[in-house]
Amino acid sequence: MIKTDILIIGAGPTGLFAVFEAGLLKLKCHLIDALPQPGGQCSEIYPKKPIYDIPGFPEVLAGDLVTNLMEQIKPFEPGFTLGERAQTIDKQEDGSFIVTTNKGTKHHAPVVVIAGGLGSFEPRKPPIANIAQFEDKGVAYIIREPEVYRDKKVVIAGGGDSALDWAIYLADIAKEVSLIHRRKDFRGALDSVEKVEELSKIGKINLITDAEVTDLQGENELENVVITHKASASEKEIKETDYFIPLFGLSPKLGPIADWGLEIEKNAIKVDNAYDYQTNIPGVYAIGDVNTYPGKLKLILCGFHEAAIMCQSAYQRIFPDKKYVMKYTTVSGVSGFDGSKKEAKKEVVKSIN
Amino acid sequence: MSDIKITIIDREGEAHVVDAPTDMNMNLMEVVRSFELAPEGTVGICGGMAMCASCQCYILNFEHMLPEQSIEEEDMLDQAFFVQDNSRLSCQIPITEELDGLEVKLAPEAP
Ligand SMILES: Cc1cc2nc3c(=O)[nH]c(=O)nc-3n(C[C@H](O)[C@H](O)[C@H](O)COP(=O)(O)OP(=O)(O)OC[C@H]3O[C@@H](n4cnc5c(N)ncnc54)[C@H](O)[C@@H]3O)c2cc1C
Ligand code: FES
Repeated sequence: MIKTDILIIGAGPTGLFAVFEAGLLKLKCHLIDALPQPGGQCSEIYPKKPIYDIPGFPEVLAGDLVTNLMEQIKPFEPGFTLGERAQTIDKQEDGSFIVTTNKGTKHHAPVVVIAGGLGSFEPRKPPIANIAQFEDKGVAYIIREPEVYRDKKVVIAGGGDSALDWAIYLADIAKEVSLIHRRKDFRGALDSVEKVEELSKIGKINLITDAEVTDLQGENELENVVITHKASASEKEIKETDYFIPLFGLSPKLGPIADWGLEIEKNAIKVDNAYDYQTNIPGVYAIGDVNTYPGKLKLILCGFHEAAIMCQSAYQRIFPDKKYVMKYTTVSGVSGFDGSKKEAKKEVVKSIN
Repeated sequence: MSDIKITIIDREGEAHVVDAPTDMNMNLMEVVRSFELAPEGTVGICGGMAMCASCQCYILNFEHMLPEQSIEEEDMLDQAFFVQDNSRLSCQIPITEELDGLEVKLAPEAP
């Protein structure tokens, strides 16, 4: 069981900055994120795009903002559970919480902060009517263990980088690899596209373009995919396969948090406006894009502000008898849990006469 | 500049005739959002960067008036579901006077 003062669900910019604000109050944080890397939307959707409205940064790449946030919170030694989705929350008798992920990792903390943004990023599933029935019975949306596909027949669908990369990778492992794509053009890196073409020419990848998988067949396990070609939509091609792997990117979904008994409005968690961003469950806070209140703005700047306010309230919840007075970092400096200390020299502050 | 009338058929099939301003640098996705024609979080996830396809719509008329598809839009539609020949990403359609009378239908939400 992982124990911490504040458990943060979501390692986007809001969750990351909350680690810093909590650290100033000597509170330890642990973060859970469904993605394999921190940074939320900034890392997953637009790492190479410049952001122009971060105070003090006329322009900063979203990816660099995340790198800087990671650097800023390093002294506070946050723990991370990455690649796992927070699934359930259980309130304990003493008012603390146990949050368990989809992989069974348990986290225990007196305060839980949901900084889940638009939700956890989940694979986009193609709208094939019976697809759910074959999940884990031949259908997979993520390739975790490539060896599973050794000497098997695999059908991959999609036209982006991950479809191309995995088709290339599995061409050496699987008995047969088919890559099905809706158009003739692929939108991946040029050398991957060329490699796929090359492998297709020598028969290592069976390239099927202008076509879609529209149905799946099988008794208990997947046995065939049904392919519809653009040119002859009425004629269906049936292809025998062991696995079908649709790779159409990720999209955020509020997911299991929606079932935690939290008040939800417009796909976001209701919090008490501008007081401390607590939800209807005492001890559970929601900050950043995931919350809503009158006048809410979904901006990184607002997530940072909410993180600072939330931490003051969380401190009072954890230490009801202690009084904490807000200090400026310019005056008090920053003392990391790793023994590091940052402090301005006193003489750099001009005196006010 | 004045407002223009656009008909937007929501995902439940209900038609809404809305007045869209031409002087606010808006795109069609933002119009859909500002009139709350789809639940929050289901249209415009990427903020209008042709990176999510949540704003996909079908153009029911006036196709010739629309700006050409960029490579980014083509690529995204290529990854999207429920795509038809008249599919466009509404975030890539700026509101201009030429679009007066446009009729569109929101594509179903991706599963
Ligand atoms: C294309 C684009 C451009 C943008 N440009 C700007 C801009 O210029 N300026 C600006 O201020 N904002 C901009 N934004 C918005 C900005 O990215 C968001 O406001 C910001 O990312 C919100 O941060 P967050 O930490 O609250 O949530 P997110 O960044 O969404 O992070 C939430 C994290 O929580 C994780 N998560 C959710 N649920 C779970 C769960 N159950 N278990 C585990 N993990 C979970 C998700 O995987 C995700 O990593 C832009 C957004 C997009 C998409
Ligand atoms: S809003 Fe994401 S593609 Fe249009």
